Parts: sequence; C-alpha cells; structure tokens
Amino acid sequence: MDRRVIVDIKGVAKHYGCGETRVDALRNLDLQVHAGEVVARLGPSGSGKTTLLNIIGCIIDPSEGQVSLDGELVYDNRWLRGDLRRLRLDKIGFIFQAHNLIPFLNAVDNVALVLQLAGKTTAQAQARAMELLDYLEVGPRARAMPALLSGGEAQRVAIARALANSPRIILADEPTAALDSKRAGIVMGLLRKLAAEQDACIIAVTHDEKIMDRFDRLFHLRDGRLEE
Amino acid sequence: MNLAFRDVRHNLFRFILTCLGLGLLMTVVLAMMGIYNGLVSDALNIVKAPQADIWVVEADTQGPFAEASKVPNDTRDAVARLHGVARAGSITYQTVEAPFKGAALRLYVIGYERGRLGGPQTIVQGRGLQASHFELVADAKTGLIPGDTIVLGRDRFTVVGLVRDTMNSGGDPAVFLTLADAQVLQTQLDPSAARVQAARGAVGSGGATVAAVIAKLDPNVDPQSVANTVRQWKHLSALTQAEQEDILIKSVVDKARKQIGLFLGILLTVSAVVIALIIYTMTMEKLKQIATLKLIGAPDRTIIGLIVQQSLALGAVGLMLGLALIMTVKDSFPRRVLLEPVNALALTGIILVVCVLASGLGVRAALKVDPATALGG
Ligand SMILES: Nc1ncnc2c1ncn2[C@@H]1O[C@H](COP(=O)(O)OP(=O)(O)O)[C@@H](O)[C@H]1O
Ligand SMILES: [Mg+2]
Repeated sequence: MDRRVIVDIKGVAKHYGCGETRVDALRNLDLQVHAGEVVARLGPSGSGKTTLLNIIGCIIDPSEGQVSLDGELVYDNRWLRGDLRRLRLDKIGFIFQAHNLIPFLNAVDNVALVLQLAGKTTAQAQARAMELLDYLEVGPRARAMPALLSGGEAQRVAIARALANSPRIILADEPTAALDSKRAGIVMGLLRKLAAEQDACIIAVTHDEKIMDRFDRLFHLRDGRLEE
Repeated sequence: MNLAFRDVRHNLFRFILTCLGLGLLMTVVLAMMGIYNGLVSDALNIVKAPQADIWVVEADTQGPFAEASKVPNDTRDAVARLHGVARAGSITYQTVEAPFKGAALRLYVIGYERGRLGGPQTIVQGRGLQASHFELVADAKTGLIPGDTIVLGRDRFTVVGLVRDTMNSGGDPAVFLTLADAQVLQTQLDPSAARVQAARGAVGSGGATVAAVIAKLDPNVDPQSVANTVRQWKHLSALTQAEQEDILIKSVVDKARKQIGLFLGILLTVSAVVIALIIYTMTMEKLKQIATLKLIGAPDRTIIGLIVQQSLALGAVGLMLGLALIMTVKDSFPRRVLLEPVNALALTGIILVVCVLASGLGVRAALKVDPATALGG
C-alpha cells in the first residue's frame, strides 16, 4: 500500500505492576495503519486491546517503544509533546462503547464543545456542529439532551463529536456494541466513508461478528502480540 | 459555552434544593451572629443610655450591672460639687415582675431624677415623665403603649411614653420611673433586704440608697482624674464610662457571649464541612464526565473553571438566600438580632474561603482522574 502512514508503532510494550504481579499487556508490538484504512483489532478479553487503544490515544504511556502519529514522533521512551490533550484535540477522535456524551449539554453543544475547545468561535462551532449532525442524519435531534436520545442517535452524535476537528485518527472501542445490526451497518458505512473523504484512519476494537467484513484489515491480539 | 452554568441548568432542581439547604444553614449562622451582636449591644445600651462619663458606686464593687451596689442618697450632691463635673444624677436599677393582661411581665426598673442625668434618651412615642409620681416610660418591647396602666408594688403607674432597645443583659425590657417612686418600690418589694441594710448601718442615716451616681464632666476634663478623687472617699469608688462598659462585657455578658461565640464557631465549622462535602460530592459525581472532557482534549482550566464556578455559585446563592431569610425573620426573635454589614461581609469572606478550599479538594480529585476511565465500561 502506497498511502501515507498515519499510525506507526514500533516495538511497543506495556506492562502493569512489577515483580510477581507484573502483567505484560503488550509485548514488542509493531503496527502501521495508513490513511483511509479502517482496521479492527480482535482478541479475547484481557488480551490488551484497550491498552493498545489507550497508547495510540496518548492516554497511557507505553513501557517501551516508539509511537508516531500523523508523521510526528510523539513517544520515544518518553512523551515528546508536552500537551497531550491538545494533541488529542487536534488529531484524535474517540468513539466510545458507551457514547460518553456530556449529559448536561444537548446534542449540538456536545459537538460544538470540542470545536470551541479547539479555538472556534461560538457561531462557527454551532454551524459546523449542525452541519455534522445533518450529515449523520441526527440534525432534527440537535436540541435534545443525551438522555433523551436513542442508542443509535447518541452514537451518531458521539461520532459527530469525534469527527468535529477533522482528526487524522479515529479510535473506536466497541463502536457498534450498543447498536442493532442495521444501525451497526450504517455506522460502519459511515466510518468507511469518513476515512475515505477525510483521509483519516480508523482503528476499532470489536467483538462484533456482524461487522467483520467491513474492515480493510483485521488484527488478532493474542498474549500481547499482533497477528494479522 | 459555560459548562458550569449548563450543568447547573441541567440539574436545576437539585441545585436549587442544595442552595436552599445551604441558605437555611446561612440563616442560622447569621441569626447567631445577630443574637451575639444584639446581646452585646443591648447590654451596652443600658450603660450608654445615661450618657455619663463617671459612675460613682459602692466601694469594692464593680457597679450596679455586675453586683448590688448601694450608695447613700446624698452622694449626688457631693459629686455635683466636684471640680470638672457638669451634671450629676442618682440612679437605681432593679428587676420586678408585674401582672399585665393576665401574664407576668418582667421589667427592669430604672429610677432617675427628673431634670438630671440618667433619664430616657429618645422618646419614640408619647412624652417623658412630667409628674413626680406614678408615671413611667417603657421600652416598646414590654408591649405597653401610652395610656396603659400597670401595678408595680402597691401603686398603679400610667405609661406616658415609649423608648426602644433599652433592656438589661438578661433581655428584660426597661421602664423608667422617678427616683422617688423607684425607691418606694424597692422597699415595698424587698423589705427584708432593706432591713438588713439598715441594721448594718452601712449607708446613710435615712436608709434611702441609690445604685450609683452618674456624672457628666465638663469638656476637656480627664475622667480618670475625677474618678481618682472619688476613690479617695470612704465607702465609694468610681468607674469611668470605658471601665464600666468593659466590666459589663467581661463580667456580665461574658459567659453568654462565650457560649454564643462557641456555638457560632461550631456552626461555622459545620457549615464549612457541609459546603466542602457538597462541592466534593458534586465533583465526584462528575468524575466520569471530567475524564471524558480530558479525553476529548479539554484543558485543565476548563475543568477547574467548571468546579470552581459551580462551588462559588452555590456559596453565593446560599448566602443570598440566607441573608434574605434572616432579614425577613429577624424581627420575630424575642431578643434583638442585630446584623451589621460587617457581619455579612465576614460571612461572605468565610464562605468564599470555604468554597475555594472545598473546590480545591474537588479540583485535586478531578485533575488526578485518568482520562482512560472514560473508555472503560
Ligand atoms: N491499569 C491496569 N493495571 C494493571 N493491569 C492492567 C491495567 N489495565 C489493564 N491491565 C491488564 O492488562 C491486560 C490487558 O488489558 P486490556 O488492555 O484492558 O485488555 P482488553 O481490552 O483486551 O480486555 C489484562 O490482563 C489486564 O488485567
Ligand atoms: Mg477492553
């Protein structure tokens, strides 16, 4: 594949604790994901899926190895960027298993929040947020509070939020677990479309058999190692 | 967009309820401050009322407000003749109980010489004493109104005027009588004590005594020097006005003051703990949302702002409610609730500090929370 590498992980290991109780969640792991690619990681519970996602999302530090995101080396035995939250804001979108919308903000404000955090004015943020909600076909529910949204609607609002700042990397932990197969199919179609249009890569963790055929590549994590 | 405001609006009912609770707590704190001030102020009022510079009292006593003080009737003439004394007056104090409209009314009877020092200052209704007998001027808190009559001892007195905020340190409202009437009342009500006094022969031959003689000095006369002159007299001592006020605060009001002061301290501590707990709990409930905010890239200042603004809003609204409430109910208290701007200001300061400290606890927890917790589940 000749497309640009967005996520490049070399020799990453992560262990929790030390001595007797040491858990090796990831061992000497290499992974490259290209722009426009939609990949999934599978594996039994406890195989390190969430750990890997958290490392790519700059939420936890690897024990060793190198991490490059969008061409920038961000971890080389230490974080090279001081402000990881800003990095996340600009480059990474998260889609959670539970939608994790802020309960006291309505749908459009949940999306507008990340735009305003990135420096957009209120008006700009509102306009772009509406645009995204319309695109994801939840525009009519823009003023609804998260508690009043259906599972599918909430997940689409969450996707809109993940996409708001046009991130190069979208990380999704069980993105379709809360959805029926029809909705799951729609969401996957959407993610594929986004990857193509925004030149982003999407890395999903899933157990969901019904969407396995919608990924470009599937990785299996076993005992902290990747198998393709 | 303001996250603190949005969160409050989303949980408006709970926020209002919390504020209400806090407001009631503030009301109690303010009431306690007011009662404390009222107590001190009322006690001082009775000493300040005669507008004296010097109190001539029985030797080895602390004056009529601390213990029984008896000085001979003719002391006033001697004091009036002293160099530097402009005016002098004899004065008596006693507490009596009198039946009025089916209930027993406790009154603090002040006897003074008409036309001399020691009478009521500002008559708010009616007039001052004009007849030499059987008239009285009462504090409005007695419930008496001009024209009422009341039996004290064996005589019936007519209320001719009202004053305000004049009571003893126990809260018994004052009535002013002429000195002659007050002395008669004294012997009628307490003959045994009078007999003992007479038998002791400690006081003038007439047996008529007063509690103290008060004197107003000429301008530029040093009260201490006049007091020192009096202290050389046999059986008599003197207190300057400042000493008298000091004694009153220290000996008479002190216990009550300490009691209320301590209670106020406990109340403030309780309020501080409650506020801290509320704010801390408020933050704890939001930890998952805070983790999400961190995950989507919100900087610390957004998160700190959320917590601090909410706790300040809580404190401010609670305080406001407390102030509004105490202002509405303060006049229904049996004793004076005296609130001064400085009290509200002090409480504001305390609440501000507590809120900031409590949100500091919350902020610490919030900043420690791992953004990864938002992913779990
Ligand atoms: N914070 C942690 N402290 C200690 N051990 C952990 C921690 N997080 C995960 N682990 C361990 O690391 C391994 C991989 O966990 P995880 O990445 O959550 O797996 P998965 O998401 O595939 O279920 C598990 O054995 C888990 O017990
Ligand atoms: Mg997991």
